[in-house]
Amino acid sequence: MSYALTLAARSAWNRRLTLGMTLIAFVLSVALLVGIERVRTDARDTFSRSVSGTDLVVGARASAVQLMLYAVFRIGDATNNMRWDSFRMLENHPQVAWAVPLSLGDSHRGFPVLGTNAGYFEHFRYGESRALVLAAGRRNKALFEAVIGAEVAERLGYGEGARIVLNHGAGEVSLAAHDDKPFAVVGILERTGTPVDRTVHVSLEAIEAIHLDWQGGARIPGFSIPAEFVSKFNLAPKQVTAALVGLKNRSAVFAVQRQVNGYPDEPLLAALPGVALDDLWQIVGVAEKTLLAISAMVVAVGLTGLVAVILAGLGERRRELAILRAVGARPRDIFALLTLEGLFVTVLGAVLGLLMLAVATVALGPLVELRYGVAIQPRVVSLEELQWLGMVVGVGLAASLVPGYRAYRLSLADGLMPRT
Amino acid sequence: MGELPVIRIRELVFRWPGATAACLDIPAFEAPRGEHLFLYGPSGSGKSTLLGLLGGVLLPEHGALALLGTELSGLAAPARDRFRADHVGYIFQQFNLIPYLGVVDNVLLAVRFSSRRRERVMARGATPFDEACRLLDRLGMTGDLLHREAVRLSVGQQQRVAAARALIGGPEIIIADEPTSAMDAGLQSVFVDLLLTEAAAAGATVIFVSHDHRLAAGFPRQLALADINRAIAVGEAA
Ligand SMILES: Nc1ncnc2c1ncn2[C@@H]1O[C@H](COP(=O)(O)OP(=O)(O)OP(=O)(O)O)[C@@H](O)[C@H]1O
Ligand SMILES: [Mg+2]
Repeated sequence: MSYALTLAARSAWNRRLTLGMTLIAFVLSVALLVGIERVRTDARDTFSRSVSGTDLVVGARASAVQLMLYAVFRIGDATNNMRWDSFRMLENHPQVAWAVPLSLGDSHRGFPVLGTNAGYFEHFRYGESRALVLAAGRRNKALFEAVIGAEVAERLGYGEGARIVLNHGAGEVSLAAHDDKPFAVVGILERTGTPVDRTVHVSLEAIEAIHLDWQGGARIPGFSIPAEFVSKFNLAPKQVTAALVGLKNRSAVFAVQRQVNGYPDEPLLAALPGVALDDLWQIVGVAEKTLLAISAMVVAVGLTGLVAVILAGLGERRRELAILRAVGARPRDIFALLTLEGLFVTVLGAVLGLLMLAVATVALGPLVELRYGVAIQPRVVSLEELQWLGMVVGVGLAASLVPGYRAYRLSLADGLMPRT
Repeated sequence: MGELPVIRIRELVFRWPGATAACLDIPAFEAPRGEHLFLYGPSGSGKSTLLGLLGGVLLPEHGALALLGTELSGLAAPARDRFRADHVGYIFQQFNLIPYLGVVDNVLLAVRFSSRRRERVMARGATPFDEACRLLDRLGMTGDLLHREAVRLSVGQQQRVAAARALIGGPEIIIADEPTSAMDAGLQSVFVDLLLTEAAAAGATVIFVSHDHRLAAGFPRQLALADINRAIAVGEAA
């Protein structure tokens, strides 16, 4: 009967303090569960749209996953570089249509700096074969010019003409700054939803130039080459971190991969992006499942607490149930009253959990994107998340049947005269 | 006679589960329409048990118990609950009110569970809310008392709210199980007078249970449970 719903709501409100405490626990557990699911799907989305149209990623020998992580997603560091002549070999390989060098290792206020050449803007593709587009300005031509991703521009408030200083190493706070050789921002890329947004792009020669007076990660003491003289030095790159390779004919991919992997002059690794991503999901999948299992258990803990609180309150409510019976409530109304109360709190918890998550996404999303490169999409709820919530509410309903059934039994036994 | 008795009991036997002896064994009992009956007996003699049987919450082991001509044991459990909602108003000893409902909502509870009682209110041209306020007013509950939380009322006030709930929608039977035992003597007789006046206005039959004989004066008929019950009480004061 519909009045049971009103009664359940008012009864729950009457005990809002105790129920509220369990509700908080439950809201947190729901936010955790849906949050993990959200980060998981968004991480996969971000990763799989980050590279497209590249047939091979080549770097010094490491694991394919590691190579993908630093070359494409800018996560972690390369352990070794590959020599420039190895890159030349790739470029001149008869099957190779294009090869783009990538030189990583420096950063600007936590954002990675990528040394590359004009080929990057020509050949790099993301999402569904989309090319990079400049939102403002132009590509870098002169030595100390940089093109920045949309996220860098937005977060740091940079426009064309901004002067930036690169740091040695990847940390957000780095003491070693290339402060004697500032760069000018000449172009800003349109947002892509990929690690490109977080990247500062400069030329390979610029990377060489800022490291002229450096050795082994530190400035050579008492030795400094002013910016205006660097063009007098040979700035031809000696090594790069990795290369993106496009083939003339995709069917040759395994043959080229074998040749690169067996290159006699230097130990190299050629990885197929799709295969490497699958490997990554295999590895991450275990952690994901573990996290989801843990958060599901946290939800179960929250629900158990809720049921315990409702059950504990039942003892002092026997009088109330007898009154309801006296005015004509059937035992099944009593059952509905207690079950609805649990369900009510569960649904409220699910809604508040989502709300909390929405707030957290807005508040923490930029930080997550900056640190981990995963763009968390602000949204109310996705279909998958709704399924999770449906499950949570379903389990909550099942759990609420316990106090419902107990009250049903009690009211049958008590009749109009509760023995307390 | 002609008219059907509101309560009619024949050869009724009731035994609590697990008990060896019967608690009630009543060969015959009747209450005509509009009667105000004072029922007394020592503690544990089975008064509350009889009231539970009258409400259809308990069922007799043998015998017949008919309210308004309807044999209660012939009804399925939900129908008995419905019958109770429609025709019986209860007032208990104390703690009659749902703590999280307001005064008026506590009264309206009776019409929420009985569409018949709601329709009877409407048939008089009143909304249930107005009728609840009218009854409360008649019982001396006015002004800001109506907006008070149920738990903030004195015992006497709570019992008046319970009486209004028992009366609303004109049920044929009002059952009061020691409704005044938590009140002082002065308040007791005021309450009994108010209850009986309103019940008389509605034409309801009243079964009023108490072991305090001083209250019996206002009742035309007084009955010791032992006079109709053949079972030997095993209670404390037997
Ligand atoms: N739920 C129950 N289960 C078993 N026995 C019960 C139950 N309720 C009452 N009894 C027993 O039935 C007998 C009558 O109890 P009842 O409550 O009807 O007495 P009473 O006349 O109303 O007493 P009092 O004046 O104290 O209210 C007692 O012996 C009591 O122990
Ligand atoms: Mg009693």
